[in-house]
Amino acid sequence: MDIHEYQAKEILAGYGVRVADGGLAYSPEDAVQRAREIGGEVWAVKAQIHSGARGKAGGVKICKSYEEVEAAAESMLGKRLVTHQTGPEGKVCLRLYIEAGTNIAKELYFSLLVDRAHESIIMVGSTEGGMDIEDVAENNPEKIKKIQIDPAVGLLAFQAREMAFSLGLETSQISPAVKLITGCYRAMRDLDANMIEINPLVVTGGSGKLMIMDAKMGFDDNALFRRQKVAELRDKTQEDQREMAAADRGLSYVGLDGDIGCMINGAGLAMATMDMIKLAGGEPANFLDVGGGASAERTEKAFRLVLADEGVKAMLVNIFAGINRCDWIAEGVVQAVKKIDMKIPLIVRLSGTNVEAGRKIIADSGLPIITATTLAEAAEKAVLARNEQVAKEAEGAA
Amino acid sequence: MSILINKETRMIVQGFTGKIGTFHAQDMINYGSTVVGGITPGKGGQTHLDRPVFNTVRESVEQEGAEASIIFVPPAFAADSIMEAAEAGIKFCVSITDGIPTQDMMKVKQFLRKFPKKDRMVLTGPNCAGTISPEQSMLGIMPGHIYKRGIVGVVGRSGTLGYEAADQMRELGIGISTSVGIGGDPINGSSHRDIFEKFEQDEETKLVLMIGEIGGPQEVEAGVYAAKNMSKPVVAYIAGLTAPKGRRMGHAGAIISSAGESAAEKVEMLQDLGVTIAPTPSAMGETIAKVLAKK
Repeated sequence: MDIHEYQAKEILAGYGVRVADGGLAYSPEDAVQRAREIGGEVWAVKAQIHSGARGKAGGVKICKSYEEVEAAAESMLGKRLVTHQTGPEGKVCLRLYIEAGTNIAKELYFSLLVDRAHESIIMVGSTEGGMDIEDVAENNPEKIKKIQIDPAVGLLAFQAREMAFSLGLETSQISPAVKLITGCYRAMRDLDANMIEINPLVVTGGSGKLMIMDAKMGFDDNALFRRQKVAELRDKTQEDQREMAAADRGLSYVGLDGDIGCMINGAGLAMATMDMIKLAGGEPANFLDVGGGASAERTEKAFRLVLADEGVKAMLVNIFAGINRCDWIAEGVVQAVKKIDMKIPLIVRLSGTNVEAGRKIIADSGLPIITATTLAEAAEKAVLARNEQVAKEAEGAA
Repeated sequence: MSILINKETRMIVQGFTGKIGTFHAQDMINYGSTVVGGITPGKGGQTHLDRPVFNTVRESVEQEGAEASIIFVPPAFAADSIMEAAEAGIKFCVSITDGIPTQDMMKVKQFLRKFPKKDRMVLTGPNCAGTISPEQSMLGIMPGHIYKRGIVGVVGRSGTLGYEAADQMRELGIGISTSVGIGGDPINGSSHRDIFEKFEQDEETKLVLMIGEIGGPQEVEAGVYAAKNMSKPVVAYIAGLTAPKGRRMGHAGAIISSAGESAAEKVEMLQDLGVTIAPTPSAMGETIAKVLAKK
């Protein structure tokens, strides 16, 4: 689960990390009011969407008067901002964060991540802040410092110092940097975060203070059951509506750009089936894992979810029954098709426990369901049916 | 021979008396596994499925000589159950439980490292379908009847995709020595490479099938290990060709977050390491048949 920049800053400030003065705004009037409260002559108006790279998308504006703050707020609120992280549909901006302008002398990078290879949390720092760290890793790998944190003993002070020195800071800045690094680590550990990225971490001009300019935090979904306060920070407007509806029904769904809808049991088999569709010349419209206990009710919900995508031209069901039974699945499919009045072709491939009984139920149903016995055959038939459906619709339109 | 489990392996079920634990324990017993009892704290002394219930794993080890365990306890308590098994002297543990917090798994891995390697419990999962040595023994939740005994060692992240492979192989008359599910989580007990080491040492296994997917470095690490240390041929299929970057595809670990984690990149690196790639998921069986024919 991701949270907004302002929420991440609020959390980190609670762990002793220095952030600029700021406040939340839901309207241009709010924005001006926040700027007045903060005082000073320069403010940053920042769109709160779950994405980095907001600057290029017009989601961060530096303003030097209340009029500019108001205009900037006007230009962002209610708009969908498209960044290279949001996908083409973008993310809607309903909240703004107004922050005191900061005089920046230096931009650095700092993050804490889950390192799968070493099975621990890793600290990453670089003197090259403000840009995409993956580009730095590719072009200037020597400018990236990585330190592993032992899960048994946690972050040690000398490790935080080593990181601080590697960021090229002045001696007087080392102690505040250690405090900042330690604070971030404690937040990561205490709240079951799986990433904290500070980019940029800045050194202010004149006073040389360390301050976090942008902050991203992501949390382990599997740990939300014990982090109620974190779970409350969820902003559903930032999430894909269909994925959320699926999660509410205990299904795992990811919307994609193609037009062949899928319903499969098991994440691995789902990915493999999508691969098969692609290799047969089609494009999957979604990933959908219905999981182990696919009851008739669940099957119907899954069907509705797939068909809610109006771009879907054919639907493929691929079930390898282990704990499940093919006859149960077949009953569920037949019931769902009868209830829903499907307007597109349906291809069903069943395999595993009670497969003969399952196939018989489909055959006896009298419904126009296309069946297949192997994975390859199912994908080929789905692509063929999709092509026929597209041709038919084109004919109808003409 | 087989790896990790055989007909004689004495097994316990952690989370024995719950609905899911009961269902799968019965299924394992029906398959022929030697299930010697189970653990449900507070129900020690009772009998369930004609077998003793213990309060602690240690009691089951002392009284029944338990060697392997399977875990069905809820995610909030699963890491603790794994560490209890390790401390009690269990040699092989399968965690079926899905949804264990990542930082709990980091602790588990660190805890296991305190044991010298020869005494260290082998953990597979979490979020896996378990392990089966066909026609001998099953410590898992898979449909046992689709597996035929034979000479191919299988290691994979996914349950149902593993069934698909077993089914394709059976259709072609190819059997399996042991099939090991390592689970779809980002931090798991055993990696593909860990299981490769065991298959290399197993006499019955003549070829290894790796069923991988997008995300993480483990498939390529296993390929590097195989190129350097294995005499047996390796066939692999990597799922997730169509998966977009940064989107989680069902499994917590199935996400492309950095370079080298996409299916296409993994396939390319594995090919360079001498691994034979099954070009499609429906060609896993026939690719194995071709490699076996060449031997």
